[in-house]
Amino acid sequence: MNTAKKKKMNVSPYLYLVPCMLVFAVFLFYPFFKTIFLSLFLTDKMGQAKIFVGLQNYIDLLTSESFQNSLKVTLIFVVIVVVGGMLLGLIAAVLCNKAFPGIRVFSTAYALPMAIASSSAAMVFEIMLHPTVGIVNKLTGLNINWLNDPKTALICVAILTAWLNSGINFLYFSAGLGNIDETIYERASVDGASSVQKFFSLTLPGLSPIMFYTLVVNIIQAFQSFGQIKILTEGGPDEATNVIVYSIYRDAFFNYRFGSAAAQSVILFIIVMLITLVMFRIEKKGVSY
Amino acid sequence: MSQMDTMAINGQKTISREELLALKKRMNARALTRRRIRTGGLLAANIVVAVIILLPLLYAVSIAFMPSNELFTTDLNILPKHPTLQNFADAFTNIPLLRFILNSFIMAGCITIGQIITCSLAAFAFSFLEFKGKGVLFMVVMATMMVPGEATIISNYLTVGNLGMLDTYPVLIIPYLTSAMGIFLFRQFYMTFPKSLYESAKLDGCGNLRFIVKILIPLTKSAIGAMAVYTFINAWNMYMWPLLVTGSNNMRTVQIGISMLNSVDSQSITMMIAGVVMVIIPSIAIFIAGQKQLIRGMFSGAVKG
Repeated sequence: MNTAKKKKMNVSPYLYLVPCMLVFAVFLFYPFFKTIFLSLFLTDKMGQAKIFVGLQNYIDLLTSESFQNSLKVTLIFVVIVVVGGMLLGLIAAVLCNKAFPGIRVFSTAYALPMAIASSSAAMVFEIMLHPTVGIVNKLTGLNINWLNDPKTALICVAILTAWLNSGINFLYFSAGLGNIDETIYERASVDGASSVQKFFSLTLPGLSPIMFYTLVVNIIQAFQSFGQIKILTEGGPDEATNVIVYSIYRDAFFNYRFGSAAAQSVILFIIVMLITLVMFRIEKKGVSY
Repeated sequence: MSQMDTMAINGQKTISREELLALKKRMNARALTRRRIRTGGLLAANIVVAVIILLPLLYAVSIAFMPSNELFTTDLNILPKHPTLQNFADAFTNIPLLRFILNSFIMAGCITIGQIITCSLAAFAFSFLEFKGKGVLFMVVMATMMVPGEATIISNYLTVGNLGMLDTYPVLIIPYLTSAMGIFLFRQFYMTFPKSLYESAKLDGCGNLRFIVKILIPLTKSAIGAMAVYTFINAWNMYMWPLLVTGSNNMRTVQIGISMLNSVDSQSITMMIAGVVMVIIPSIAIFIAGQKQLIRGMFSGAVKG
């Protein structure tokens, strides 16, 4: 920079990238490669790499029953969250598509969950699902200890997450519905199509580009859910809600096994990456524009 | 309508003018009631779904005003019989809630402002300047969106721990000072401006920074508004990173601090929910105030499939 004027001219575009690249370099690229590096080592309690073990951390994980359970639990969790969250968002968006009195209030209500923190929502759900004072047991007349029963705990946490995600899904789907040409509905009505037929043969295909985008975002987000699980179940009961992210947290910050936790992070990254790539591959074939 | 009228005429062959008018009136009335029924049905369906979606929030507000002894009954008590503000007062005295709220405001505010600055600078370079490696660098930025936060969080924790930065404001803020999504969003907006805008400004002796501050930023207010609302809410709601890097009451953010109320004792459920309601209010308020901006900025051009 302090040499010739000509050189300064060439450098200046990069100066605008320095702030963001610096943050990315220190808190994204460096830690990303460090995580891969750590996953090949046994570490001490301070997280320093001590003994090189190659792929042993990965082999241990993939053969351990606890991690296999985590994979299974994560998969079920993601499916419930994605299907539930998208369905809720889609229903709300379809209901709010045509103008009617009070549409503003309703669309705000449907988008509202996106403003709520996972931790705050988790604490409210904890009380709703409380076995003696909770509204769920009182309304249904059941006597289930929702969060302490391995059969129901995962479903409850997943429904909470689906609820949290439904807000932004509603916005995506509303934007998608707004892009569909109104006249095709009129033409279909003239041809005598019922509203169910119109929904399945016009609305859903018309939504498919945005549907695809929403699906990818939802899957990636669902894999990263943490706060609600930490507060509601701490991975229990009986590891029934021990999703990968919670397992990473527990291994690193309770058991101080940073190497194993790093290996789990890498596996999580690979899973998310693969799913995203496969989905883009499918999109090229299946989505109608 | 007109189609049905002619069909009726065809069916009955002879029809007087009065009969025709009466028929038209009847059909109009029927269409009107049908439309009314449809709107009513839509409204009813919306009310049902909205109540289901808002149930957790409505329930939380109701419990926050409920005296503790009212909650612990076996009968269904949806609304408080003797509403009280005691729970809110208790929440403030039990934990330093004001301090937590202040911390969260500082953190979320700095992150929001920082992201807007770094993202507009980078987006400016990516859309108006020519330099070597531009395409590659942009790809690198976009690729960061693929890396989930959990893949880096352990290493980041170890880094800031080794630097002795744990439990400070900078450690809460600095890792989140930029975002690939923000750069993408701003670039998307800048690309809609003609290049001649930049060139003529430059000819008039307007420097790059002045061009950003005086021309680009005023022209992209809606994108900045959308970005600000989205970033602030996300930062306010952040959980895992603040949980790891803060240890003292002086630095805890609301989301971490509020879960301290969780473990006090079972008699204090109403107080805990009152705390939660107070923590939710700022993010809801900002969301409702900025909702229009958010939708216009994020969904108008950026997400078109």
